[in-house]
Amino acid sequence: MKRVQFEHSAVPYLFIAPQIIIIVIFFLWPAAQAIYQSFLLEDAFGLSSQFVWFRNYSDTIFNPSWLQAAWFTIIFSSLVTFLSLSIALLLAVKANEVIHGASTYKTLLMWAYAIAPPVAGLMGNLMFNPLIGDLYQGMNAIGFDFDHKLDPVDASFVVILISVWKQVSVNFIFFLSGLQGIPKSVQEAATMDCDSSFRRFWTITFPLLAPTTFFLMVINITYAFFETFGIIDTTTQGAPGGATTTLVFKVFQDGFRGADIGGSSAQSVVLMIMVLLLTVIQFRFIEKKVHY
Amino acid sequence: MERPSISTHIILIIGAIFMTLPVWVAFATSTHAPETILREGLQFWPGGHFFETYNEVLFVEGGVMKKVTAVTMLKNSMILGIGFAIGKVVISMLAAYAIVYFRFRLGVPLFWIIFMTLLLPLEVRIIPSYEVVANMGLLDTHTGLIVPLIASATGTFFFRQFFKSVPDELLEAARLDGASAWGFFKDILVPISKTMIAAILIIMFVVGWNQYLWPLIMTTQEDNYTLVIGIKQIYQVLNEGGELPQFQKAFALTILATLPPVLVVLIFQKWFVKGLVESEK
Repeated sequence: MKRVQFEHSAVPYLFIAPQIIIIVIFFLWPAAQAIYQSFLLEDAFGLSSQFVWFRNYSDTIFNPSWLQAAWFTIIFSSLVTFLSLSIALLLAVKANEVIHGASTYKTLLMWAYAIAPPVAGLMGNLMFNPLIGDLYQGMNAIGFDFDHKLDPVDASFVVILISVWKQVSVNFIFFLSGLQGIPKSVQEAATMDCDSSFRRFWTITFPLLAPTTFFLMVINITYAFFETFGIIDTTTQGAPGGATTTLVFKVFQDGFRGADIGGSSAQSVVLMIMVLLLTVIQFRFIEKKVHY
Repeated sequence: MERPSISTHIILIIGAIFMTLPVWVAFATSTHAPETILREGLQFWPGGHFFETYNEVLFVEGGVMKKVTAVTMLKNSMILGIGFAIGKVVISMLAAYAIVYFRFRLGVPLFWIIFMTLLLPLEVRIIPSYEVVANMGLLDTHTGLIVPLIASATGTFFFRQFFKSVPDELLEAARLDGASAWGFFKDILVPISKTMIAAILIIMFVVGWNQYLWPLIMTTQEDNYTLVIGIKQIYQVLNEGGELPQFQKAFALTILATLPPVLVVLIFQKWFVKGLVESEK
């Protein structure tokens, strides 16, 4: 809040109105609908519905295919987060060291930010296409019995590889800007005190990057949960046998393809609760950051 | 500082290849004839079919989809990207101005309503959102495509943060000069926010251009497809088989969908990085 402000009148309401109106119509109302519908069971023709309390929830959460998707989402998100953060951190540390060609490296490493996940998905999908894809043939040539259309592990590998590739650039940008925010004097003092660049990194640089890393973890988990929809939809579409179905993909599948509105809504509400938890964690972290 | 070693450069070069090669291969392959691609697989050097492929994808009806051409999809993507970016900046600047510069009774609860949108990604309210837009008769319209996407909190938080850093003296001086609320916003706040506005416009153009799930469910007619959605269709066409698979066109489409946002990011790299890092704080 500003110390100096305009006196209250109708004016601020006019300024804030466009955003609030859109939010009420396109955010709050649909979200309320999702919660409401999650307690309803529609008949096969969608003509009548009855209130069934938490039945959709129990049907959802105890359903083996939902549990499979939840389990896959957890493993998938952890791997994507860990791998894309590690690769990006390594590259950012190295890019921060070089003087010659620094801006070229920077550009080449960050530009993929602009590529849409489904576009990355389709590119990857074509490269793994058995008819033409060198990656598919390469994997088989070096001795893997690789078939991402049939084998769950291979399919997960494809989805994870593309998701990591797509996310490295964002993480790289944030890590690099975090590294450049470390004062020169601190870096020079560290160089004098400690010969091994490896130890210097883990004792000085990495702790200083902790706020960036934590923040990026939340961003990456959100990405792996939601934005990878485009990648999965253009590669495996959740196959084989639901092995690469994330929770978000399942909401879409059950709601639009399966027309199971109640069940899909219940899944949506479970996802909302997960986002809420993530946000709470993020906010506790931001409060901490303010303290120093 | 010590000189970076050779291994540093090797790691960076491997990283740069990892990030760049797939797109290069996609481009190179898109310039070959379908027979060559089927016979030899992916291509690492451009071939002689550049004009043929891109001409067909861009202009020939019935080439990629049933009747829509990539030019139409390019136009739709542009409208989405630019409309989304401008809409988002206007709406969030106005809201942030109200929140930072006015004390009003509903200020705090309204701020929390805006904040709540962070908890409601499109994916968790997808079916009811679709129903709302369908009931309003907005399916297959630009309004229905853009408006539901622009109200999320990110832009508002960004401008709120920036406005808070603007010195209080500016408003004091403006009020001494008798500036109205609108006058202060228009004549002082908007001009000093120029770089911030540019940065946000760039990010939001890329975000808007790359939208997938929402355009996918709310456009039903080919005429309204964006490039990113068109990609999904060509994927299905490829999978159906039958005739000789047109891999070069699929690759060309991915390149066309990639090019505009990549160019924007490369040309405005400084602003883009600034906007990205600042807006997420």
